[in-house]
Amino acid sequence: MMKGNEAAAEAALRAGCTFYAGYPITPQTELLEYMATNLPRVGGRFIQSESELAAISMVYGASAAGLRAMTSSSSTGVSLMQEGLSYLASAELPAVIVNVSRGGPGLGRICPSQGDYFQATKGGGHGDYHLIVLAPASVQEMADLMFLAFDLADRYRNPVMILADGMLGQMMESVVLKEPLESVPARPWAVRGRGDGARNIVISAPYTDADLRTMNLRLKDKYRRLAEAECRHELHGAEDVEHLVVAFGTAARFAGEAVDSLRADGVKAGLLRPITLFPFPYDGFKKVVPSLKSVLVVEMNEGQMVEDVKLGLCAAGFRGPVGTFGGGGGFIPSPADIEREVLRVAGMEVAA
Amino acid sequence: MKAVFDRPASLTDEPFPYCPGCGHGIVHEIVAECLDETGLTDRCILVSTIGCTVRCWRNFDVDVVQGAHGRGLAVATAVKTAHPDAFVLTYQGDGDLAAIGLSETVHAAARGEAVTVVFANNAVYGATGGQMAPTTLMGQCVSTCLEGRDPQNGGYPIRMCELLATLPAPAYLARGSVDSPANRRKAKALVTKAFRAQMEQGVFSLVEILSPCPVNLKMSPPDALRWVRDEMIPFYPLGEYKLPPGEQL
Repeated sequence: MMKGNEAAAEAALRAGCTFYAGYPITPQTELLEYMATNLPRVGGRFIQSESELAAISMVYGASAAGLRAMTSSSSTGVSLMQEGLSYLASAELPAVIVNVSRGGPGLGRICPSQGDYFQATKGGGHGDYHLIVLAPASVQEMADLMFLAFDLADRYRNPVMILADGMLGQMMESVVLKEPLESVPARPWAVRGRGDGARNIVISAPYTDADLRTMNLRLKDKYRRLAEAECRHELHGAEDVEHLVVAFGTAARFAGEAVDSLRADGVKAGLLRPITLFPFPYDGFKKVVPSLKSVLVVEMNEGQMVEDVKLGLCAAGFRGPVGTFGGGGGFIPSPADIEREVLRVAGMEVAA
Repeated sequence: MKAVFDRPASLTDEPFPYCPGCGHGIVHEIVAECLDETGLTDRCILVSTIGCTVRCWRNFDVDVVQGAHGRGLAVATAVKTAHPDAFVLTYQGDGDLAAIGLSETVHAAARGEAVTVVFANNAVYGATGGQMAPTTLMGQCVSTCLEGRDPQNGGYPIRMCELLATLPAPAYLARGSVDSPANRRKAKALVTKAFRAQMEQGVFSLVEILSPCPVNLKMSPPDALRWVRDEMIPFYPLGEYKLPPGEQL
């Protein structure tokens, strides 16, 4: 049994992370504390930075110098990191960022929330770029997706965000941890002091306007390759689904319960849970659309992922009703409420 | 014929992109000569950041990481962690080091990170065209205080060496100037000591170098040098402010 924050931290160590910089913020602080205690034991360095601005730039430097590096924070702090995230994306540096998000906007409160979906998936910082965004829905996935995050970060030379929330960070579940990696990919491009060889240069600002255009095209091509090869989602329920619920992360836990209950009552319900939020699994809808009659998007925000869901459904040719349910600021949708909303959107009789 | 002067080997053939009379060229040359003479070029990782020197990765023939405005010492902290045997150098201006990056500067020094900062202070924002810097002198006219820096609005300048010298962490802190050949020679000696402080004593080191920006001061290059001498040096006294443990000022 581990807390989600601790499982993520232990998994990061096993995935070869040797550098962590971060700043305390609830509800992610256990991750930082776990790193402070355990990273030195594996020969890595933990730094409690002076701010999230500094933390993400430390991760930038560590990554540029060849280390598997990460940071973690919660919404308010992740906003400060947007500067560094844009720089990481521009310099094409691998890094892992965990956002154990909380309710906003502004200072908000420490309750669980999925209000950072837009910020995580649409860029967040300045310029044309994307993070790879992974959405765990259990403590087990907090651990498993950490390995995937470091792997994708190195393979695509791109920052990867794990978008969790306060509930996933704080709750305890049983978790099976993978064995530590024996080696991590080499980074021949990293700075180390040129020695007798050619020098390595990691820059964010290209030299000329043409170079900047080239960089943007290179990033665009990378995001296309990601969309082709790395979309992940989970389909819960039979393929003859008529009433689909779409939810990610914590919201998908409640939605899954609602779907099970509906199926027990004979309603052909199903759950589509995106695991990669960028690249978004738009094509995941193609398989379910032939039998589909209605869709409900459940989010712990005021309706953000629904925009991507509608794009996916539209591309798949679905023209039926799409409802939304949930809310920001700490609203927790109960399975019973989700069941009722599924039936309402489906135009089916709702039991009193 | 005997060569008495040559381009330092630690510089590439790329011409400096700076304005006529700019001090960065002199400070770059000092850094390159010190790299050559200490033999650290091959082990050097330069962290560049923002401002007129944003493209200095084309001039120094060393590994380079370009960080975000003000975050040079956060980047350098991590680079040194990854490569403890490397020589990690940041090259920063006054806005970068003392305004947008003041927090990173103070905390890297407070942690006692074994990295070296060459801090070019020209009392004005250069790349953006002459706005007030944290080191702009009282009464100095710049584009965001046309009547001169006024304590009622712009407040007072920051003396970085003096500020950092209050920290308990061991360090080497010094201030030089390139307003004259004599001071250039002295500044070079300070930079050499700063390099050694990192590599031999393992402490944070910073050399502030007063440097002319004639275009944004709206002066001829000789007048800008005189201005550094007559106006800047009295407010920013030259010398050593902190020595590594075991050495006395």
